[in-house]
Amino acid sequence: MKKENYLWSATKAGLLGGVIVIFLCLIGMVEVFNKRDVIEKTITLGQFVLIATCVGTGFSAARRTANLLEQNKLAPILISGLLAGLLTGTLLALFVLIGNKVNLRAVFLNASPALYDILTSKKGLGTLWVFPTIGALSGMIGGAYLLLPKIISHPLNRSLLFTIFMALFSGLFRVVMINQGPGMSKAAKYLFGQTGLSVEGTLIFFFVVLIIVMLWNYKGQTIQSGIAKLPKSGQVSLRVVTIALIAYAALALPQVSGAFISQVIVTVALFILMGLGLNITLGFAGLLDLGFVAFYAVGAYTVGLLTSYGGFGLQHISFWVAVPIAVLVSMAFGAMLGLPVLGVRGDYLAIATLGFGEIVRLLAGSDFLAPYFGGPQGIIGIQKPCLGFLEAFVKVDVPRVCNGIELGKPQDIYYLAVAAAILIAFVAWRLRESRLGRAWMAIREDEDVAEALGINLIQTKLLAYILGAAMAGLGGAIFATLIGSIFASSMQLLVSINVVSLIIVGGMGSIPGVIVGAIALIGLPELLREVSEFRYLIYGLTLIIMMLAKPEGLWPSQATLRELHHSDVEAEVKA
Amino acid sequence: MASILVAKKVTKRFGGLVAVNSVDFEIPERAIVSIIGPNGAGKTTFFNCITGFGKCDEGEILFEGTPIQRLRPDQITKLGVSRTYQNIRLFSDMSALENILVGQHVFLNSPWFAAVLGTPKVRKEEKDALAEAQRLLNFVDLKGKGDMLARNLPYGAQRRLEIARALATKPKLLLLDEPSAGMNPRETEDLTAFIHRLRDELGISILLIEHHMRVVMGISENITVLDYGEKIAEGTPAQIQSNPRVIEAYLGRGAATEGMNTAHERFTKKTG
Repeated sequence: MKKENYLWSATKAGLLGGVIVIFLCLIGMVEVFNKRDVIEKTITLGQFVLIATCVGTGFSAARRTANLLEQNKLAPILISGLLAGLLTGTLLALFVLIGNKVNLRAVFLNASPALYDILTSKKGLGTLWVFPTIGALSGMIGGAYLLLPKIISHPLNRSLLFTIFMALFSGLFRVVMINQGPGMSKAAKYLFGQTGLSVEGTLIFFFVVLIIVMLWNYKGQTIQSGIAKLPKSGQVSLRVVTIALIAYAALALPQVSGAFISQVIVTVALFILMGLGLNITLGFAGLLDLGFVAFYAVGAYTVGLLTSYGGFGLQHISFWVAVPIAVLVSMAFGAMLGLPVLGVRGDYLAIATLGFGEIVRLLAGSDFLAPYFGGPQGIIGIQKPCLGFLEAFVKVDVPRVCNGIELGKPQDIYYLAVAAAILIAFVAWRLRESRLGRAWMAIREDEDVAEALGINLIQTKLLAYILGAAMAGLGGAIFATLIGSIFASSMQLLVSINVVSLIIVGGMGSIPGVIVGAIALIGLPELLREVSEFRYLIYGLTLIIMMLAKPEGLWPSQATLRELHHSDVEAEVKA
Repeated sequence: MASILVAKKVTKRFGGLVAVNSVDFEIPERAIVSIIGPNGAGKTTFFNCITGFGKCDEGEILFEGTPIQRLRPDQITKLGVSRTYQNIRLFSDMSALENILVGQHVFLNSPWFAAVLGTPKVRKEEKDALAEAQRLLNFVDLKGKGDMLARNLPYGAQRRLEIARALATKPKLLLLDEPSAGMNPRETEDLTAFIHRLRDELGISILLIEHHMRVVMGISENITVLDYGEKIAEGTPAQIQSNPRVIEAYLGRGAATEGMNTAHERFTKKTG
């Protein structure tokens, strides 16, 4: 087969990069991101995204060149990076040129003069030559990156990622640090600007992380083996200290970080609960459920009906009594969903469960059932949990008085949600290690054989639905008390899809994967306000990239890892 | 001798096709019997009827006197029937040990909440199950391979692991669907010895489907021949080897009329 010329391959990469850059402009991302700085008064997020695309284009062009030539030659790699970046920049320049002459706004709403002003820094068309130049330069940098030996590129990677992370979340860190007193406040103002990192902060973060990672690469192994050599009591005490530190940090976090971050963490914890639940049905037993939000809704509505002192509250019992009831009701619904769809497999199961989720949402919000569930108005005035003596068993009067500690603020619910997530993670782990867990995995692998080995398919699958539903129901119950009111409209299909996605991104069947997935897909977008407009674009992209690059997930379970990379393992075994 | 399994007039249809037609069949206790027949004769379908994979349409199957033709596969397994598959069907992404542990599912009966709480009873049960799984691994010569993924085991080992998994359900009757498929002569010999051990040491009755005539003739006490879903012959290996209908089924009608003797010679040569 004739090999492609590397220049042509770089040209293609450059053109693709150009298309991406123009796309980012046209969907308005550059404009929105421009309101944020990465480094204060130096580079905005919008500019950063464009330059990063050029660097990425240059890097991928260089990598393809290296693959085509089957070696890392300096000149071709730099040239292809440069060419790709140059083309990307040129296309962007062309776009600005055309946009200035022709009115594109009729079709592309975001192709506004404001966009062109941002791109040209209000200096008019005379500065257009800057684009290809910057593009070529950053493309070449991308190419050069490939040439770096691993010992340099690895720490560089880490510190770049860390600095970008700090820049993106600079606002949060700044607020948190300023709240800590005058000393920290001074440090915060030194490291962070109003909307991004300060120049000094950038340099400090970058080099500190760089040095740490380099030191770790250099010395890490000796430290690790040193720990391994410690006597057993030493290792245990080390572990105890680590756990104590983590526990202390977890306990102190809401007090330090305030309501907003606590609320985000609670949301993440609720999604972890749902994720752990779905991880049982989907991850362990291999039963796809696209209507998982239904159980969440059941849990939330049960707590709502049992504790609300608004119009629809049936009872005014304590939250602590309502939660177990909500879990039980969710389990009943899990069985109700499970029974009719037991005989359905694969894609058909996905559609059937999808329907179930929609039915629950529509019924809860319908006018028909409005006298019971409040219809679109929802249920309001849901009690906050109250930690007090005897409180748990006493029927609460209206208006309720809490004689103990009321868990009213998100900072308080945080403890409840995190404790629930930890507890359920433990339960999920124990289940996986049990005979039931093995039966689920056997069903996932081969239903017929599992049945022939004496596994009762009906019972085992039903248990997967019921236990999964219980976990989601618990999440819903906490959600109800967190928000204080529930509406059918918050039980969207999108929630179910989010849960499926977080499991896939985290790693199917992996318990830590659920946690990582929830943080990545739910937590980060919540914290990154600028991104929220493009949340689902980024979401979709992330999913596609994950499927292509890391199909086993961010934190795969051992089994999936083996499954997807079995060829490597086989090679190892043979060797 | 008492029969462990009795099938009476078992019939299975797929639409218009009669895959198994009114077959009578018996397996004496502690016997090794085989079903042979050309491709598509209905051997595997008959197997499936016994194990509950595909319910038979007519007839009756009694296992130790209990009618099982309407039971689910897991219920039949609980009664003491276990099987292996023509194309190996291990849980390929689970370890060898886990495969056997799944086979023991029937004997572990602590409920899920006990497992969550980690009660002493559950822990003991798991420990015993693990020990039993190790013992079975050793029994099929897979000592030390417990942590390997089933898919990474060599072919012969996968076959043996599948048998170990079937044995984990403590069967009284073991059905082996072409156990020697894809094996070299050496492995085949080992397999024959192994099947004898199963019967002699564990007292399990064994039903084989097998294409490999050397194995069939060497091991079976009784052979049933199926052709187009019908039982055409039954008897000891020697009787089967000289049965004209069997030779006809295997070598074609032409061969049977042309030269009974030559065909017979070829057949006996083939079957050793």
